[in-house]
Amino acid sequence: MSTVMDADALAEARELNGTLHKFRQVNEIIDRHGKDPSNLIAILQEVQEEYRYLPEEIMTYISTVMEIHPSSVYGVATFYAQFSLEPKGKHIIKVCDGTACHVRNSQWIIDSLREHLRLKQGEHTTKDMIFTLETVACIGACALAPAMMLDEEIYGQLTPDKIKEIVDKIAAEEEK
Amino acid sequence: MSTAKVDMNSVHKDYCQALKREKIRVAVCAGLGCIVNGALKLYDALEAEIKAKGIYADLSYLLEDESNSGCSVVKTGCQGFCEAGALIRIEPAGLVYIHVKPEDAAEIAERTLLKGEIIERLAYKAPYSDKAVAERNEIPFFSGQKQIVLRNCGIIDPSDIRDYIAHDGYLALQKALKEMSRDQVIATVIDSGLKGRGGAGFPAGRKWAFAKAEESDTKYMVCNADEGDPGAFMDRSVLEGDPHSIIEAMAIAGYAIGASHGYIYVRAEYPLAVARLKHALKEARDNGLLGNDILGSGFDFDIKIKEGAGAFVCGEESALLASIEGKRGMPRPKPPFPAQKGLWGYPTVINNVETLASVPLVILRGAEWFSSCGVGRSTGTKTFALSGKVRNTGLVEVPMGTTLRDMIFKIGGGIRDDKRFKAVQIGGPSGGCLTEEHLDLTLDYDSLAKVGAIIGSGGLVVMDEDTCMVEMARFFMHFTQSESCGKCVPCREGTKRMLEILEKIVAGKGTMEDLELLDEVARMVKDASLCGLGKTAPNPVLTMIKYFRDEYLAHVVDKRCPAGQCQAFKSYYIDPELCKGCGKCSRGCPAGAISGKPREAYGIDTEACLKCGACVEMCPFGAIGKGDGPKSKEDNERNG
Repeated sequence: MSTVMDADALAEARELNGTLHKFRQVNEIIDRHGKDPSNLIAILQEVQEEYRYLPEEIMTYISTVMEIHPSSVYGVATFYAQFSLEPKGKHIIKVCDGTACHVRNSQWIIDSLREHLRLKQGEHTTKDMIFTLETVACIGACALAPAMMLDEEIYGQLTPDKIKEIVDKIAAEEEK
Repeated sequence: MSTAKVDMNSVHKDYCQALKREKIRVAVCAGLGCIVNGALKLYDALEAEIKAKGIYADLSYLLEDESNSGCSVVKTGCQGFCEAGALIRIEPAGLVYIHVKPEDAAEIAERTLLKGEIIERLAYKAPYSDKAVAERNEIPFFSGQKQIVLRNCGIIDPSDIRDYIAHDGYLALQKALKEMSRDQVIATVIDSGLKGRGGAGFPAGRKWAFAKAEESDTKYMVCNADEGDPGAFMDRSVLEGDPHSIIEAMAIAGYAIGASHGYIYVRAEYPLAVARLKHALKEARDNGLLGNDILGSGFDFDIKIKEGAGAFVCGEESALLASIEGKRGMPRPKPPFPAQKGLWGYPTVINNVETLASVPLVILRGAEWFSSCGVGRSTGTKTFALSGKVRNTGLVEVPMGTTLRDMIFKIGGGIRDDKRFKAVQIGGPSGGCLTEEHLDLTLDYDSLAKVGAIIGSGGLVVMDEDTCMVEMARFFMHFTQSESCGKCVPCREGTKRMLEILEKIVAGKGTMEDLELLDEVARMVKDASLCGLGKTAPNPVLTMIKYFRDEYLAHVVDKRCPAGQCQAFKSYYIDPELCKGCGKCSRGCPAGAISGKPREAYGIDTEACLKCGACVEMCPFGAIGKGDGPKSKEDNERNG
């Protein structure tokens, strides 16, 4: 190649390359499940696992490929609690606020976590994108109340000291 | 056994004979509660110790040769007594050890497994007693139970289909396919009186009969494992501890109604259950118990797993079906019922996990055997998830008709920290609360309906004197309001308004008119909503107003919270006699509301106080208390 690409064209090419790569992963997910509309939820679940949220352009892309109206895709994405339209942190903390946990003072756990993660009113994800804090209605660990789920791991009989220890351990690993 | 023409009875016999040579089985509970308490490490330690003693024998080893025998160790599903985790069960001696740590493995192998001694240190001790009880049948938590649904949970290895078969697994499917007509299967289930355990309590057999009567080439059998009620976890335990029982039951139901496709709709919050199910489905297919021409009968059936994405309303039948179809999980008016027009418009039966778990035994042992357990029209057993302020939390299965008192005070061991029993919430956010006057009520469909409560999915959350009922009502309303799908107006708007009123009362701003309005809106939402979610959402509020009206009035009129739980009515004080003036509280107060001079008594600025209670935790002298001022001497003595 004799001509030198100018900076803009290079950036554009890079972006295109990135986009293709992005859609290639989506394509793979769709191919694995099939284009039948009944697979939409499972596809969105996998997409979210890949990107940690549902980017708008990917939802539009899914609706085009699967021939489902964009509003239906958006409807499903906003209906279920599991889906997020905003980027989530690397580790997701789901504090259980089911009946049993609530009775055993889960609010105390949630408040301490918010304070420890320095989350302001209305914020769910830490600035460094390491943690996202959510509350869920029952993870089925009622006998261990108050309980929380950090990624796939469950922790029970929580106290503010215990959660600090758990969170700090992961934060320290992330710093390495 | 890879061919479809296999005879289950002979396979069962082979496995049973192998298991007879298993002298001891150590069942390590690998339910969620015990895993959190280190059960997996305990399992590894036990396995290593037993191997080191040279007596290790797993099922594969026992099957290898007829002279092989020994001691096995298996990871089981939840054994129910979650409070005491990690726990192990030793059979056939019938022993249970609780709070077991990996370090205990060597002693268990040496003393209990080799010498047959009981290690008292690891045995259960009743409150206020030093007597150690290691025999499972003598521990009140277990002795009051009768296990049908949980029969295999806690004794078999859920990841080994051979173990399930050795415990009479898939014999019911063979019996149904080879010895019974489709009508006979349905008649047996109808005669057994088995009702849906998911909440509504509709007779399972009749549902099957409706679906069978529909003429259609395509039908579906769906298992509802979208256990959304906060405070209930029996379905998860069955899926994790005995997944094959659900697969077998679905195949039986599929045969009866003429369906060849099944779906299990399971919550995404239950990753372990999903993993165990996937493994079990593969095992069943590999053994010709799912797929084409099952056991040479010509019947085809297979099952797919659909993971939910977090929506409580999907526990409702028609919403669940919409979700399987990949749509928003919104309910639709009935009729037509799913048994007539269900998944993609085809006849569909939807049964709850617990309902299905009883089916194999109903078929195998007969309708009469099943209906002999229970009371009146409520036959069989019911599994309850006992949680909240009760001493023994966990999963409990009792015959229908057990009293609430036995449940809470015998099996549950009474209230924690010797507090007073106040109420029990039964049936989750759709249920109601029961009080002291209901303690002798029997737990069955009919007697609960009389007092305005439902068994629901079987969550029992016990509350003590420190639980505020108004705050509880607000909590439930917050839950149902955020889970309301928004399709019908009464539920969408009504739950929102009810929540607003309850929040107002909890914040200390409620009026008598609010209380009346709350009652009126609650009745309207109950009468006019489209699906079960809206129809039952007002139940907690209505029963709590009915039984705890005083507490509502205290919030509205006297502006105080008798349980001392509601933030708005909380206040803290520093007892000048006990305060040494160390200033620890002042430095730790997030609002800077505490001030004073060193070595003199400090004071709290009640206006600035956030009522977080951090100072109470921090004070080394116990000088900070809840309320308006120091308690009288008598009060202090009473509280020890």
